Amino acid sequence: MAQVRPARGRRSLGLTLVVSEITVLFRRLRTWAMIGALALIPILIAVVVRVSSDGAASGRGPAFLNSITQNGLFVSLTALTVAIPLFLPLTIGVVAGDTIAGEANLGTLRYLLVAPAGRLRLLLVKYAGAALFCFVATLTVVVTGAIIGALLFPVGPVTLLSGDTVGIPGYFVRLLLLALYVTVSLMGLSAIGLFISTLTTIPVGAMAATAALAAVAQILGALPQLEWLHPWLFTNYWLGFGDLLREPIVWTSFADNALLQFGYIAVFGTLAYGRFSTKDILS
Amino acid sequence: MRSAHDERTAREGATGLAIETRGLTKVFGRQRAVDGVDLAVPRGTVFGFLGPNGSGKTTTIRMLLGLAAASSGEIRLLDGAMPKDARAVLPRVGALVEGPAIYPFLSGRANLQRFDAADRHTSPSTRNARVDAALERVGLGHAAKKRAHAYSLGMKQRLGIANALLAPRDLLILDEPTNGLDPQGTREVRNLIRSLSDDGTTIFVSSHLLAEVEQMCTMIAVMSAGRLVAQGTLDDLRSQGTARVRITTPDPADARRILSGLGLVPEPHGRDDVVTAELSVPGLQSEAVNAALVRADVRVRGLEVSGASLEDRFVALTGEGFDVAG
Ligand SMILES: Nc1ncnc2c1ncn2[C@@H]1O[C@H](COP(=O)(O)OP(=O)(O)O)[C@@H](O)[C@H]1O
Ligand SMILES: [Mg+2]
Repeated sequence: MAQVRPARGRRSLGLTLVVSEITVLFRRLRTWAMIGALALIPILIAVVVRVSSDGAASGRGPAFLNSITQNGLFVSLTALTVAIPLFLPLTIGVVAGDTIAGEANLGTLRYLLVAPAGRLRLLLVKYAGAALFCFVATLTVVVTGAIIGALLFPVGPVTLLSGDTVGIPGYFVRLLLLALYVTVSLMGLSAIGLFISTLTTIPVGAMAATAALAAVAQILGALPQLEWLHPWLFTNYWLGFGDLLREPIVWTSFADNALLQFGYIAVFGTLAYGRFSTKDILS
Repeated sequence: MRSAHDERTAREGATGLAIETRGLTKVFGRQRAVDGVDLAVPRGTVFGFLGPNGSGKTTTIRMLLGLAAASSGEIRLLDGAMPKDARAVLPRVGALVEGPAIYPFLSGRANLQRFDAADRHTSPSTRNARVDAALERVGLGHAAKKRAHAYSLGMKQRLGIANALLAPRDLLILDEPTNGLDPQGTREVRNLIRSLSDDGTTIFVSSHLLAEVEQMCTMIAVMSAGRLVAQGTLDDLRSQGTARVRITTPDPADARRILSGLGLVPEPHGRDDVVTAELSVPGLQSEAVNAALVRADVRVRGLEVSGASLEDRFVALTGEGFDVAG
């Protein structure tokens, strides 16, 4: 009975926990409610523009809004522009803020750790889940926009910001790139949310704090007095996706954005690990 | 307060113990929730961890499992040091800590699949079979597909126990496993623990109910206000208590004189035909007391021996009433 026995079985890479995380995330009603709400944004825009299509050429309103009546493919772009400042960060705040705090609040965190999931592994898995949600959320806006745009408006080759024209397939490649750009944009915020989530056992608090930070960063980004600070704000390139709509594609903002977001991931990922690896799990 | 059994297991060294702590302490602010605890849980035992609410049982268990860091002290769990060797040790340990925890929006089965996936050492190919077997074992087979938020308290508790049984374990740590269960469920858990123990699993089970521990366990440790106040076999603990003798007689004054002569200390009693005393002289049995009384022509109408119950012992160790430590 007293012999030394190594732990059972071979250690797998542990991808099953990633699969499990994604399954749990997408089995929650809340996740689908958020995705549904995101899908409503392009639908709402398209329907409103369609119903009142005579007065739309006023030149006011979100970017690309006035192009919709000519080409339904612009619905996706308009919807993204509307969703990026407010609604997307809100949903990411909910998912990223919930990562650790939600499990702590349910008490399931102690059983994951006793399993043992491993604290670093759990953090990585949680982050992967949040990242996937960012992509799905963004894609939801883009795809729903493309569908509703095609249903309500004429579609055809698109004139890019550079004046060149691309066909419909080419345009979809750009939309996909755009979804990637926005997903990358949200990675920094997700890392911040993950860190905040390790600080509390009250998920609503972590969600609110994460979403509030996104708002604060955008307010600071709008103040010209703080110009020196702007390159460091994780929101700095959020609306800088226009470069993807040129011919040829200008990659600098994509690269700058990715570098900035990576910095945020490194800093807040390290902070999250520093906090979580030594945290007493008392819930 | 170490028994002969303890001394023996201590000599056998760390390999004979499934759980061993030295000076385990946890400080919350200014409170010592766990204070210098030296546990020694031999392998193969069903070990009761007894103590009133707030005495530090759950906090101790959290430290054993690496959920909380000890303020000071050492922990050995199976063959490793905690929390350093958690990755090697924990797959061999099943645990229920501070009650079950569930994802309310998942079914009972999906809950267990989730926890099983968290363990990198379990095989995904046998997952469904193991989950279903664990659910059957705790009597939840019929409710496996039901969402867990619809489970009753007792069903959640069973789900928590099933989670500890997802894989063959060398050690089970069960924190108040019968909480929220009806008498039927309590009996089932007792039987389950017995059968697991027969398979060679060491079981460390905490409880605030003496009767429960008494029915399941061969050894116990008693906690009171963060301190370990007794540890050993049930028999050891029983023998540490002193019995009392209660004599009903029309000659109380003579009876008191005889008891005093035997070295006992008769106590005042509300009824003047009753004399009571602790059997505090080593080796002195009640029959010897009776014989002495009869020899002195004291008329004895009744003689009762009481006490030496574990209950008295427990109360003596942990205090009585509703004063929750903390
Ligand atoms: N997270 C915490 N913060 C502060 N004090 C705590 C915390 N958890 C437990 N305690 C205190 O530690 C003591 C022991 O608690 P616990 O281990 O839960 O006791 P038991 O499981 O024996 O009922 C109690 O006095 C409790 O108030
Ligand atoms: Mg407890």
